Order: sequence, then C-alpha cells, then structure tokens
Amino acid sequence: MTRFDFAAEGEKLNPLIPHTSEIIVGAVAFSLLFLVLRSKVVPMFEKAFTARTEAIQGGMERAEKAQLEAQQALSQYNDQLSKAREEAQTLREEARVQGVSIVEELRAKAQEEAARITAAAHASIEAERQQAVTSLRNEVGALAVELASKIVGEALDDQARQSRIVDRFLDDLEKSK
Amino acid sequence: MLALVRSSAEGEGFVPPSTKDFELPPIFGDNPFTTKPIFLVIFSVILISVFFIAASRKAAIVPSKLQFAGESVYAFVRNDLAKDVIGHEFLRFVPYLFTLFTFILVNNLFGIIPIIQFPTMSHVGFAYVLAMFTFFVFHYVGVRKHGLYKYIKEIMFMPGVPKAAYILITPLEILTFFLVRPLTLSLRLFANMFAGHLLLLVFILGGEHLAQGALGLKLVSPFAFGIGIVLTFFEFMVQCLQAYIFTLLTALYIAGALADEH
Repeated sequence: MTRFDFAAEGEKLNPLIPHTSEIIVGAVAFSLLFLVLRSKVVPMFEKAFTARTEAIQGGMERAEKAQLEAQQALSQYNDQLSKAREEAQTLREEARVQGVSIVEELRAKAQEEAARITAAAHASIEAERQQAVTSLRNEVGALAVELASKIVGEALDDQARQSRIVDRFLDDLEKSK
Repeated sequence: MLALVRSSAEGEGFVPPSTKDFELPPIFGDNPFTTKPIFLVIFSVILISVFFIAASRKAAIVPSKLQFAGESVYAFVRNDLAKDVIGHEFLRFVPYLFTLFTFILVNNLFGIIPIIQFPTMSHVGFAYVLAMFTFFVFHYVGVRKHGLYKYIKEIMFMPGVPKAAYILITPLEILTFFLVRPLTLSLRLFANMFAGHLLLLVFILGGEHLAQGALGLKLVSPFAFGIGIVLTFFEFMVQCLQAYIFTLLTALYIAGALADEH
C-alpha cells in the first residue's frame, strides 16, 4: 500500500491505518444504533405496514360484502316485483273472464225474461181474444135471434135450430166481408 | 479547521490540503476518544435514534408528515434493498440493513452539512468496523443455513465447474469471500469520502488562498469557490450513493450466502 506521505512537515500519516479508539467507538455506536432501531423502530413501522394492509384489505372485504348484500336485495326486490306483476296479471285475467261470464249470464236471463214476458202477453191476448170472440158470438147471436124473431115474428125457441141459424148467419156475415 | 488556520498564515505559499487535514487532534487533552469524528459518530447515533423513534412512535395507519418521512426511508431499505435482493427471508435482515443505511448516510452527509463539514467515514476505522460487521453477518448466515462444512465446501469448490479449473478458481474464491469482499466494501466507502472531502478542501481553501493573493488571483478565486459549490452537490450524490452501495452489497452477500448454490 502506498503511503500518503506528502504532508508538509514530513510526517508520515497513513489514512489506511485505523485509530483504535475509532474502531471501538464505531463498533459500540453502530451496535447501539442497531439495537435501538431493531427494538423500537422496525417493529413499529412493521406494525404500521401490517395495520395499513389490513385496513385496506378489510375495507375491500367490507365493500365486497356490502355489494353482495345490495345485489341480493336487488334480486329479491326484482323477484317480488315480477311476482306481484304476475299476480296482477292473473287477477286481471280472472276478472275479465268473470265479467264476461256475468254479462253472458245476465244477457241470457234477460232474454229468458223477455221471452217469458212475451209468451205471457201472447197467451193473455189470445185468451182475451177468445173470450171476446165467444162473448161477442153469444151476444151477436142473441141480438140477431131477437132481431130476427122480432122481424120475422117467428119464435125460434128450439135451441138447435136457433144456433144453426145463427151460425149460418155468421158464416154469411163473414163471407160477405 | 487546522487547514484553514494554516493556509491563511502569512509568508508561506499555498499548502495543498493533505492527509494532515484528516488528523484531528483530541478536543479534551490527549484523550483519543474525544476527537471530532468520534463525537460525530455518537451524534449520528443520537440523531438517527431520536428521529426514527419520533417518526415511528405512533405507527398510525394514516401517517403524519414525520412518520411518512421516516417510513419512506424505512420502506426504501425494506422493499427496494432487502426484499428485492434477498427474497422471502428478507424480513429478519431488515433491521441490520436499515441501521447500516441510515448510519452510513448520516455520517456521510456530515461532510457537507455546514459547521460539521466532516464525513466521518473518511476515517477508515469506521469503515473497517462496518465491513467487519457485514463480513460476520453474511458468513454467519451462510453457516447457519448450510452448516459449516457444506458452506466452506461450496465456497471452495463451486459446483458445476470442471475439476481442473479448481486450481484457479478455489484460491480466487477464498480470496474473494474472506479478503476482497470486506476490504473493497470498507475501502470503497472510505476512499470516496476521503477523496470527496479532499476535493472540496482543494477548491475551497484554494479559493481562499487566491482571494488573499494579487489582484489577478483575486479575480480567479470566485471560480474556485463556484467549483467548490458544484462539487458540494456532487458530493451529496456520492454520499447517498455510497450508503446505498454499501447496503446493497451487504444484501447481495447475504442473499448469496442464503442461496443454495453460490
């Protein structure tokens, strides 16, 4: 090793030769620093790093869970909504069917009633007509006989003859119409 | 300080800064434990301890500015040096690498901090101590991992090499592992700090000397100071780089000792 011997006073100083005091102090100081940093500083920084990692991971897990829950709630609501829609649809369908049948029923009833009323009216009209015809015939007969007997002067007391004459008279009457 | 006094003494020519400028006498009497470098080392230990204890005290999830500053340095050593180089077993070496990096960095930076202005590592004794620690650490790790016999054997007879080559490789490997590594580690750090300090002395003391000379020389002296300032920035870079390199090489040696094949 070359000696750095360009000192002005001719002293020979070799910077590669260490001072004993410096070796001792250097070793002790470095060891002390090592112990301090290892026991006080490194664990704390590691703790902070771990806590930070956990906080970030925990936050992410929480967010994922919340998202999952939200999705579940959403699908649940969607299910309920579609179920409600289906129910409404069936109800509407039922109501429509029921309405149609009610209208049909009512119409049938009304027609029946109308038919019944018409039939009753026909019957009563027929009966009345019959009655009128009968009574008219009787009256017309009596009137005609009375009239004829008065006019002819002939007593027509024989019942059979009388009615035969009336009938003939009426027939003639009808024919002459 | 001595150099400053000497170069401004009248009547003599410019005395270039030399190794004498690194020979700082004890401050209290003849006690060799009271020199400036020794005080600086002790000061650095207090400084680093106080700063990092204050920064890590709360260990909050959301860091304060102080904690963030401390954490950044720690995370740099932990992730970029230890984790990337050593791999999955890195965590137990982080305290050592962290101490190494901060200790060297602060002591190097003393070289450009006003008033202090002396890089402790330009005294080779401290660099030797650090290299010695690293030397023991990585050999210890290797022996613990592989056992003494296998560890030595793998250093001496590198697997996968033709037998004849051992004549050349074995002495080289032994030299590398037991002499070259600690020596280069310490001398690299020491020489960089030593040369850097010397360089700054040359330009700043030279500038001062020129300022006291004739008029023509006075005009030149600002340039010397200017270069001195530029070199101070350069030194800052070198000081950080050397702290990084020392720590990186230590991590590499540990990784090598842990590896299954050297």
